[in-house]
Amino acid sequence: MLRYIVRRLAQLVGVTVVLSMLLFFWLRSLPGGPVNAMLGERATPDQKARLEAVLGLDQPLHIQYVAYVGRILRGEFGNSSAVLPGADAMDIFLARFPATIELSLVAVTIAIIAAIPLGYIAARRHGSILDNATIVGSLVGIAVPVFFTAFLLKYWFAVKYGWLPVSGRQANLGCTRITKFFILDGLMTREFDCAASALKHLILPSIALATIPFAVIFRITRASVLDVVSEDYVRTAEAKGLTNRVIRSRHILRNAMLPVLTIIGLQVGSLLAGAILTETVFNYPGIGEALVSSFRGRDYAVLQILILMAAVVFVLVNLIVDVLYAVVDPRVRTR
Amino acid sequence: MTTTTTERRAAVRETAPLLSVRDLTVTFQRHGEEPFRAVDGVSFDVRPGETVGLVGESGCGKSVTSLAIMRLLPKRGNKVTGTVNFEGTDLLSLSDAKMRDRRGRDIAMVFQDPLSSLNPVVPLGVQVAEVLERHRGMSRKAAMPVAAELLKRVGIPDPVRRLRDYPHQLSGGMRQRALIAIAVACAPRLLIADEPTTALDVTIQAQILALLKELVEDTGTALIMITHDLGVVAGLCDEVNVLYGGRIVERGDRHPLFRDPRHPYTNGLLASIPRLDAAGERLTPIPGSVADNLPWDHACAFAPRCSQPIEICTQVTPQLEVADGRALRCHNPVTSGWSGPSAGQTEGDVAR
Repeated sequence: MLRYIVRRLAQLVGVTVVLSMLLFFWLRSLPGGPVNAMLGERATPDQKARLEAVLGLDQPLHIQYVAYVGRILRGEFGNSSAVLPGADAMDIFLARFPATIELSLVAVTIAIIAAIPLGYIAARRHGSILDNATIVGSLVGIAVPVFFTAFLLKYWFAVKYGWLPVSGRQANLGCTRITKFFILDGLMTREFDCAASALKHLILPSIALATIPFAVIFRITRASVLDVVSEDYVRTAEAKGLTNRVIRSRHILRNAMLPVLTIIGLQVGSLLAGAILTETVFNYPGIGEALVSSFRGRDYAVLQILILMAAVVFVLVNLIVDVLYAVVDPRVRTR
Repeated sequence: MTTTTTERRAAVRETAPLLSVRDLTVTFQRHGEEPFRAVDGVSFDVRPGETVGLVGESGCGKSVTSLAIMRLLPKRGNKVTGTVNFEGTDLLSLSDAKMRDRRGRDIAMVFQDPLSSLNPVVPLGVQVAEVLERHRGMSRKAAMPVAAELLKRVGIPDPVRRLRDYPHQLSGGMRQRALIAIAVACAPRLLIADEPTTALDVTIQAQILALLKELVEDTGTALIMITHDLGVVAGLCDEVNVLYGGRIVERGDRHPLFRDPRHPYTNGLLASIPRLDAAGERLTPIPGSVADNLPWDHACAFAPRCSQPIEICTQVTPQLEVADGRALRCHNPVTSGWSGPSAGQTEGDVAR
């Protein structure tokens, strides 16, 4: 098991190196480039050449890349030029990431709690009105764009009725900061109004964000349970006269959850990589919102680090899922 | 030897049946399709300690019969009529909860494919112990040593260590032994084995059959053996029911049936088994497949494939008629008998 994890971590290093290369060359192949962005359109070729020399951009790409990797290894991630001018790019990521984690975890929790029981029930009542209604519902969940759902929720519950906050992460209550996770901070410092405010700010964006994971997890659960109930071992369990509860939990769900686990991992991974649309609609200060503003401002240092870290997080989450998979499925563990 | 067997059979015949299936009919009804009778008025008895074979080729209704008895057919898309009387109770009219209490305790089942019939993500020990927990009210802790004992009894070496193993870590034969251990865990009075050796190697088949025979003889459990393999029947069954097209076409005690098959279908089944003592002789397969069947309503379903059909076979439904301990559904039975070796030899040569 340990060897498996070490091997996967080594793979992660490989993935990161390849991705950083792709990213580096991709960004530099974009028209314009940092010099144009910094000096503007009216700069003379001479000015451009001098700045390029200062920045080392006149060197061949592979030498630039080696220098870039060297800087990264020394912990120099470059400075922001637009999102938060002058700030270290990594600091911006670290400041934004906890907000995205909070949002993603709440959204995925909502999605799982709703999708797995519904998926199971829909499968067991295959072909019933409930089954068809939930399928249509999940189709709507997939088909309706997230920003539209987000806008509707925001309009009804925040703007029109004013039940929930319109934007941001927390009201300005002068809360104590410990971990950058606002709900956790509020609970730890017993500033419960802070935790409540953070939670309130999460409700609408997390519901909007949960629609797609909900629909995906629901569908996979339903399909997987449908598969498993016709398996021979479920018939064996019935032939043993076991109670419905044991058949459901031990024989159906434990097997049906294997593909669902994979899909949950993929969903968490992509949510953590930045819920761009939802965060933008609710002006929520997470990775997705930072990604948009760094792209808009051509803030290459920040953009580079955000994309790279998103990829690392995605791979890490999937590693965790694979380890969990081995815990649940003995065929993976004892091969 | 034949006399003692006959005496024993006579004694068994006197006892009241443990299971009495009467007029069992299973109709599959798919939306927008013609209803299809997979089992069509099947009746037979199983007495305590008796081993009864249900024999026939794929699609003859033998597995559906067993699933109907266990009430394991899907809830929708089929209709089951008739009665399945088990020790005075009609299983078909029991509530779901009452039936659930009996399954695994009074009647247990061994399935065909041991790998797919075991849960891949649950340790073997739990899969055996859960039956004891359910029907014997044991705790997990108390059930585990009993589970190990059961695994040992069905011939699984190192049973205590095996409790923690998962099905994929066992060989095919071991898996089938484990399934048998699960089935006999609560000492059921009736065991239904649905093609228990079909998915196994020939050498393992013989071991599993020997194990079943031993368990049945030791515990006095009655056994319904469902198979397409007459070799299995020859080594194990007291009485044999030959099914064709959802109906019983011939029934008799093993020795007379093998020595003197009356139905052309039974005769054909026996003639298509390779025999060691008839080297050089060609095998005689039954031509066609079940797809050629006529509906039983106005004919004999087997007529298109029969070796000796007469005119009436395609006009009148043959009835199951009983004479001399033999039930037969045929207008033109085989008269000469099968010119094979004596029953004693048949058993040895055909059994694999």
